[in-house]
Amino acid sequence: MKNFGFNISKPRGIDLDKADTSLYRKLIRHVPSLERCLMCGGCTATCSVNNHTDFNIRKCHLMFRRGQLDGLSAELDKCMLCGKCTLVCPRGVNTRAVIMNMRILLGGASYERRVSHAVRK
Amino acid sequence: MEQKTVLIIGAGMAGAEAAAQLADNGLRVLLLEQAAQAGGNVRNWAKLFPDFTVAQDVRRQIFAQLDHPNIELHTDTAVATLREHQGRWTAEDEHGQRYEADAVLLASGFTPFDAGRKEELGHGIYGNIITSVEYEQAILTGRLLTTEGQVPRRVAFLNCVGSRDEKVGNNYCSRVCCINAVKQAIEYKELVPDGEAYVFYMDLRMSGQCYEELYRRAQQDYSVHFIRGRISEASGTIDRRVQLKAEDTLTGLPLRITVDLFVLMVGMEPSTGTRRLASQCGIAGEYGFARAAGTFTADNLTARPGLFLAGTCKRPLTIPETLADARSAALQIIDYLK
Repeated sequence: MKNFGFNISKPRGIDLDKADTSLYRKLIRHVPSLERCLMCGGCTATCSVNNHTDFNIRKCHLMFRRGQLDGLSAELDKCMLCGKCTLVCPRGVNTRAVIMNMRILLGGASYERRVSHAVRK
Repeated sequence: MEQKTVLIIGAGMAGAEAAAQLADNGLRVLLLEQAAQAGGNVRNWAKLFPDFTVAQDVRRQIFAQLDHPNIELHTDTAVATLREHQGRWTAEDEHGQRYEADAVLLASGFTPFDAGRKEELGHGIYGNIITSVEYEQAILTGRLLTTEGQVPRRVAFLNCVGSRDEKVGNNYCSRVCCINAVKQAIEYKELVPDGEAYVFYMDLRMSGQCYEELYRRAQQDYSVHFIRGRISEASGTIDRRVQLKAEDTLTGLPLRITVDLFVLMVGMEPSTGTRRLASQCGIAGEYGFARAAGTFTADNLTARPGLFLAGTCKRPLTIPETLADARSAALQIIDYLK
């Protein structure tokens, strides 16, 4: 078929009636402190990876929370787990555990075994 | 010495507390209230932020003080005109009845913003869209239900309705709605623990004692969702729910959600009495509130000697602030009449 240079764009935006937030509910069971997040962005501001790439941990967490999981797994691989974000968080969120648990939840397979290694706080 | 008389306009929290203080200090108080009974806006409230004190208990304590030989309460008395002549003040009500006094305390308060003015938010157009005042009424009667009589499974609260909004002419912050939304969201979760509560906000201004802590509890203990974004429109769905549109500003994406009940956190505007009397006495300030003589040391005084201000006729205040302000005004009046 002739390509006219047009295509159908995917609907942008978040529909909270359809979004699957089951993974987020699992996540906060393992890292309850995450519910206290204020979205201040302190974690992202201190992040060494954010200094050099567009990796944004605050936004990754929020997209996860809203059920917008496309591409998130690859994005989270950028994290070096240095833990600076955990040091600066004003609400005491265990951000490193958030990242580890998001990786595990998105990876699926050996979730139950691997999650036991994640810090619970 | 002849007993001096103070006229207080408005028998809400500010008027009642000031009346009690003045009466205890030997002054005669004429307390005029336009409604059928004393109480003001607090009569609509079930529980108070930030510690869920039962509003009825506070009311009982404040208004029991009005049972005092020096206090004369006149209800159903709306002041139409207020005049001063050679240091004597005369108020005339709508029936031509006159009241004379040596000093006047304006405590005519606020009125909740009329949500119907924000047509795009659907209040009065679709079902299941209520104001924060109507929400309190539902809590008071113990029946927080949708118009179909169902328990709401998902509730959204929207802050800054009628506040911080140039489109309705109010650039100011009403100060109490943020914390009130947190309180009301927690009350919903107490009633429906497996329901979902969303609070939409532009900023969360948790500036009072224990406000931030309550916000933290709403997140941690009640899983209330806070979404930064102003809802641009609400519309009814075919199954009589409410669809909301906003920008989820922290992801930068448009967001839609359908809820069973939509609560508009209405701000404070000067009451009609406040507007009328402030304007008549030449002390109308910004947005129609009454203007005090000074911000720091003359906050209960006005440009007119003998005319004093207390409470939310000046600006949005919380109940503890209003009570403290009323006591402060009473002291100034006692000093003036010496």
